[in-house]
Amino acid sequence: MNFHAIKAIYMFEMARTARTLLQSVVSPVLSTALYFIVFGSAIGGHMNAIDGVAYGSFIVPGLIMLTLLTQSISNASFGIYFPRFVGTIYEVLSAPVSAFEIVAGYVGAAATKSVMLGLIILGTSTFFVEVQVLHPVWMVSFLVLTGITFSLFGFIIGIWADNFEKLQMIPLLVVTPLTFLGGSFYSIDMLPPFWRSVTLFNPVVYLVSGFRWSFFGVSDVNIAISLGMTLGFLALCLVAVWWIFRTGYRLKS
Amino acid sequence: MPPILRVSHLSKVYKGGFTALNDVSLELKQGEIFALLGPNGAGKTTLISIVCGLVNPTGGTVEVSGHDIIRDYRPARELIGLVPQELKTDSFETVWNTVSFSRGLFGKPRNDAHIERVLKDLSLWDKKDNMIMTLSGGMKRRVLIAKALSHEPRVLFLDEPTAGVDVELRRDMWRLVRQLRDEGVTIILTTHYLEEAEEMADRIGVIRKGELMLVDEKDALMRRFGQKRVTIQLSQQLTAIPAAVARTGLTLSQDGRALLLTLGTTPAEAPVSDLFRALALAGIAYSDIETQQSSLEDIFVELMREHA
Ligand SMILES: Nc1ncnc2c1ncn2[C@@H]1O[C@H](COP(=O)(O)OP(=O)(O)OP(=O)(O)O)[C@@H](O)[C@H]1O
Ligand SMILES: [Mg+2]
Repeated sequence: MNFHAIKAIYMFEMARTARTLLQSVVSPVLSTALYFIVFGSAIGGHMNAIDGVAYGSFIVPGLIMLTLLTQSISNASFGIYFPRFVGTIYEVLSAPVSAFEIVAGYVGAAATKSVMLGLIILGTSTFFVEVQVLHPVWMVSFLVLTGITFSLFGFIIGIWADNFEKLQMIPLLVVTPLTFLGGSFYSIDMLPPFWRSVTLFNPVVYLVSGFRWSFFGVSDVNIAISLGMTLGFLALCLVAVWWIFRTGYRLKS
Repeated sequence: MPPILRVSHLSKVYKGGFTALNDVSLELKQGEIFALLGPNGAGKTTLISIVCGLVNPTGGTVEVSGHDIIRDYRPARELIGLVPQELKTDSFETVWNTVSFSRGLFGKPRNDAHIERVLKDLSLWDKKDNMIMTLSGGMKRRVLIAKALSHEPRVLFLDEPTAGVDVELRRDMWRLVRQLRDEGVTIILTTHYLEEAEEMADRIGVIRKGELMLVDEKDALMRRFGQKRVTIQLSQQLTAIPAAVARTGLTLSQDGRALLLTLGTTPAEAPVSDLFRALALAGIAYSDIETQQSSLEDIFVELMREHA
């Protein structure tokens, strides 16, 4: 195992994060604050508690997930797309590193950043609403697992994309709608039966539900199913990455 | 001991069906400077890219010090340093960080003393804390060389290292390349400056349309294809070469004021002194003698024309 290489890539990516720290922290924190003002205070005041949880608190796990997903995907996709775009990827491809080591470096750094942001948002939310975390270990586990899974997904997008439009298309066209419709701001039990069934095809539902369970001990779907779905998606991404490096897809001619 | 680099029957057909390399075989000796020459699009970069793992070959094998570049990619790649043809650098990193990054990437533990030596060798030491985007093109190229040397490679590929580099820096690079060769590093360089190959290379390979046409010691090549031309300026005008003076390789210039003698075309040549004796006997006076050795450039142009 080439640990020096993993460390080099990881530190390189973290240095990039550090250079853009302000913008990468400020904008998610600001938008979260806005969500709390609009949904938590203005609208939430007129909402009933869901499963015994005040609406303002109820949306905290969903908001963290929203940030975690979008940030994981955008960090990881940009992290690998950019060296492909400017051509510096040649060095990584010519180095004595395995696919696993490359992925560990890039995805590890992207996941680290998005998990850190998730925690910052959790901290921010305590300024607006009361938050309790019933199962902190599970909470962190879900955070890390989701961060890694969606950073992997972002990594795949960053390799697949051959222009900036495509790089932004998936997060914009797929992930944002799925997150909004994934029960971030409501319990799927509030939906009519038909739409509730449709929603169960949305993988984000399981992430948000499991994550919310770690906070409040209540969930829309069984926690084991949530965990299983998350792991399943992780496995899917791993297979895709394995195939990419085996064939050199979009990396080698 | 296996050769430091062995390329066997290497072929590359790019997607779309273009054959960039066709059955190329080549062996390099440790510690030699090998110049790969060929016109644009000949396949030089393709060959280098395959050895370095950037392009998948469609046929054939490559071994670096006995390690197959695909099956045994780790030990093979650890030995290789690559300076790509195009300037591909990060913008926001500092020189020091980007060179240290390369060392780590190639699996070597941190060694500040080595990085310092490399940067000093390349006159980049005073720029070590500068962001790369603030450097000039020539400096960026040196940064790429520093990155390639950061992990102490045993085989160094320089794909047109001196393109767009000023005369002084070019001399510095030549000096560095020789120094590396003396340390036992094998160097493969491509260049379109033939005087560079002439000056530097121990052996020369000529590639054209994906085929390796010729590989030879530079000196042997110069001897084999090189010619010497002697121009004798006459004091008088001749209309034809007198029979007493005539010999193979001797022609009269168009204006009849000079005799042109080409040497090195036939193995058993009469001594040049014969010609001067004959001129004296014939009473032909001459005012000046000029000799000209054909350069690698002449040889190259000639080769390309022959095989066009
Ligand atoms: N990715 C690619 N896809 C298709 N064709 C390619 C690709 N890369 C190179 N080629 C073609 O392969 C041929 C050889 O290219 P290569 O870059 O190896 O030439 P070269 O000898 O390095 O030329 P130069 O002196 O201009 O650098 C060219 O005709 C080029 O168009
Ligand atoms: Mg080239």
